[in-house]
Amino acid sequence: MHFKLVPDNTKIAFTRMRMAAAVFSAALIVGSIFSLYAFGLNFGIDFRGGVTIEVADSEPIDLGEVRAAVSGLGLGNVNVQNIRDFAGSEEAVVVFIEQQTVEDLPEGVDQATANEEAQQEARGQVLSALRELLGDDMEVRKIDVVGPTVSGELIRKGAIAVALAIAMMLLYIWFRFEWQFSLGAIIALIHDVVITMGMFAVTQLKFELAIIAAILTIVGYSMNDTVVVYDRVRENLRKYKQKPLADLLDLSINETLSRTFMTSVTTLLALIALAVFGGTVLRGFTLAMIWGILIGTYSSIFVASPLLLATGVKRDWSKQPAAATP
Amino acid sequence: MLQFSKYQTAGILGLILLAALFAVPNLLNEEQRAALPDFVPKTTVNLGLDLQGGSYLLLSVDTEKVIDDRIRSLLGDIRREMRPSSAAGRARIAIESLTYNQESNRVILRVADPADLDEADERVRDVTRGGIGGALGLGTRAYAVSRTGGRIEVSMTQEAQQFYAREAVRDSIEVVRRRIDPAGNKEVSIQPQGADRIVVQVPGDEDPEALKAIINRTGQLSFHRHDPSVNLQDAMAGLVPPGRALCPMAEFDGTTRPSPSSGELCGPLDNASQLPMVLIEDAEVTGDMVENAWAEQNPDGAGFQISFRFDSRGARRFADYTQNNIGSIFAIVLDGEIISAPVIQSAITQGSGRITGDFSVQEASQTALLIRSGALPAELTTLEQRSVGAQLGADSVRAGSMALIIGFIAVIIYMVVSYGRFGIYADIALIANIVLIAGVLSLLGSTLTLPGIAGIVLTVGMAVDANVLIFERIREELRNGKAPINAAETGYQKAWSAILDANVTTFLAALIMFQLGAGPVRGFAITLAVGVVTSVFTAYVLTRLVAGSYLLGQRPKEMTL
Repeated sequence: MHFKLVPDNTKIAFTRMRMAAAVFSAALIVGSIFSLYAFGLNFGIDFRGGVTIEVADSEPIDLGEVRAAVSGLGLGNVNVQNIRDFAGSEEAVVVFIEQQTVEDLPEGVDQATANEEAQQEARGQVLSALRELLGDDMEVRKIDVVGPTVSGELIRKGAIAVALAIAMMLLYIWFRFEWQFSLGAIIALIHDVVITMGMFAVTQLKFELAIIAAILTIVGYSMNDTVVVYDRVRENLRKYKQKPLADLLDLSINETLSRTFMTSVTTLLALIALAVFGGTVLRGFTLAMIWGILIGTYSSIFVASPLLLATGVKRDWSKQPAAATP
Repeated sequence: MLQFSKYQTAGILGLILLAALFAVPNLLNEEQRAALPDFVPKTTVNLGLDLQGGSYLLLSVDTEKVIDDRIRSLLGDIRREMRPSSAAGRARIAIESLTYNQESNRVILRVADPADLDEADERVRDVTRGGIGGALGLGTRAYAVSRTGGRIEVSMTQEAQQFYAREAVRDSIEVVRRRIDPAGNKEVSIQPQGADRIVVQVPGDEDPEALKAIINRTGQLSFHRHDPSVNLQDAMAGLVPPGRALCPMAEFDGTTRPSPSSGELCGPLDNASQLPMVLIEDAEVTGDMVENAWAEQNPDGAGFQISFRFDSRGARRFADYTQNNIGSIFAIVLDGEIISAPVIQSAITQGSGRITGDFSVQEASQTALLIRSGALPAELTTLEQRSVGAQLGADSVRAGSMALIIGFIAVIIYMVVSYGRFGIYADIALIANIVLIAGVLSLLGSTLTLPGIAGIVLTVGMAVDANVLIFERIREELRNGKAPINAAETGYQKAWSAILDANVTTFLAALIMFQLGAGPVRGFAITLAVGVVTSVFTAYVLTRLVAGSYLLGQRPKEMTL
């Protein structure tokens, strides 16, 4: 016998848990929206503009000293953090400088250009301050400078990308199934996206460009999961014309349950490998993905399918006119 | 369903072998690759800057200024055209006003005597007649001339604006290339993006600071006559006579000062510690007449100097000018600042000169490079910079490969534990999938970024999904009492619609990411999209081939999955 995560022939009445699931989901969504409103997202410089410099040294770096040296430059908000590898030892120190704006410009100087150049100037100042503190043998691991134009564009493009992805999924499901399915799937998708963003608001993990990629992948994955269940629902609708819809949904979910878990586990295995061994650069992305896979799996079972009860579905998938069937 | 003809089998295996052939060069080093026979493809996956270290710069070209400059020089042409000329046999036309409205991009000419209006119109049309090079084809005019009431309006056509903007971007790319890569032996990539942007990618551990210092300067060089007749105090109080400019002295303290605004010779004076000078705006000699420039030790004193040589036109002009102005001061202006203001000791007729000052060797060689590479048509503003050190890049490659290998092994073991024999089939498909992805990425010559590696790792996790769908279906059919071959047939058949829908959705998401994403996200989108397509092939077709040959060959009576 092979190892089975989910036993054969489960008969769990998922749709009967729909009220509990609805309360749970509603709580998560309300909590997410509240956190997004109250704490906001901790935007990385991709979206907020500014300078990030990551340096490493042969000896441990004193964060306080770095903070003092950089704060003295008068560049506004300064944030100094250290990056640890998975085992907990320090790898590098990151300095974030908020986006610079220039005031009181001499006449004839273009404000937009001056603002862009101010980021560059700040980068130069921080680098020399760090060099003075740590010596010339410090290793500059990474420099990111994002000016106001690009950060604005990235926000816009990111929002458009997520909205467009959801819209395309809506159309595709509509085209392959019918609108009731499409609506259920989309509500589940928005559910996943909102809760993932809520997680970022609560944990205050950096929300950067890679996270948009993670959200888009979650959108694809969650849709994938939902579609597999829906596909089975459609098949069973053709097979059992008289079965009450709730029972039919339960049957479909149970039949695909084993697959749902298998795929989630293999994907999570890959992601955990990435989180543990994949280095610090991808960590935010990987965490977002892991969270998204968990939420996406939950939502296709407990949100997307029960929603079909609410929207109602066409029971007759045969070609005959409606009057021919009771 | 499980039956494959010989040709189909050969086709499937051939495709995987072909992909392997494309993937193999990635595993070899350069020498080994060069030694490969000719029929083996040699393109490899390029490592992105985040993996090999390097700098990415997104620059914006001030195309508005380029167009502005052109229109301003047109003003001069129009004014000249209204002067009398015995050669052309025409009389003077008195100008009441000639203005340029920058907002509406329009030049407006009013003549003093309404009777001259037709003649003025004629002359304006003459001077603006030129097309914009052959590029836009015959009959495309650079300017539109119209008459409303008593005035003549000239505006640059949309086509011409686009043309000059494109030209400015093209010229900027050339100049930047000459500056970053004077010897032409580095793997730099300089590409236009959109209407007015340039993407510069320089791999390796080159100092991004030095890189930017050399890109962000316009390199506009000109030689000007000093005007001692203007009172400096008055000029500094704002009373600069027309045709003169008040220019700050360069400071060489490492800071960059604001560049001159559009149409101005000199930059603002702010914080200059030395007294400025009043210069005559029209240049005696301009930087484009400088043929070569280099840095060398100052033979007469400490520090370094920049030596330069004019082309024949420049040499003649410079000789004439110095001959007639012995004893007076002239100024060498670079990007709105006076970098040197010597007194002319004697006529300089041999066509070469030098710029002395208290230059360090870096300053001198950088300035020489600026002069040599020519001026940028407009200033470049850095909108975005991403630099990764080679060390971090190497760390990322190591970490990414490690994650890939471990994720891969974990999934492989898990599949075998879950599905036994069929798990092995799925694992064969998984390995073939990696080979196919590597092959396709090599074939496309695409760039592998760290998010791209994440995409591959993720694909490993998700690629088995199709097999899971099929195997779970076969299990169900077996439970329903079907015979193994029959169950497998039905399993493959019935799982298809779910596999298709599930993968199309992921593919769509990847497509959007590619369309809208920036550099690193694109790398992720590409591997994800390629991985989705190849995984459907390996999971649905390849496993069926392998499973079919087992089932049809052995005809097992029982099968557990």
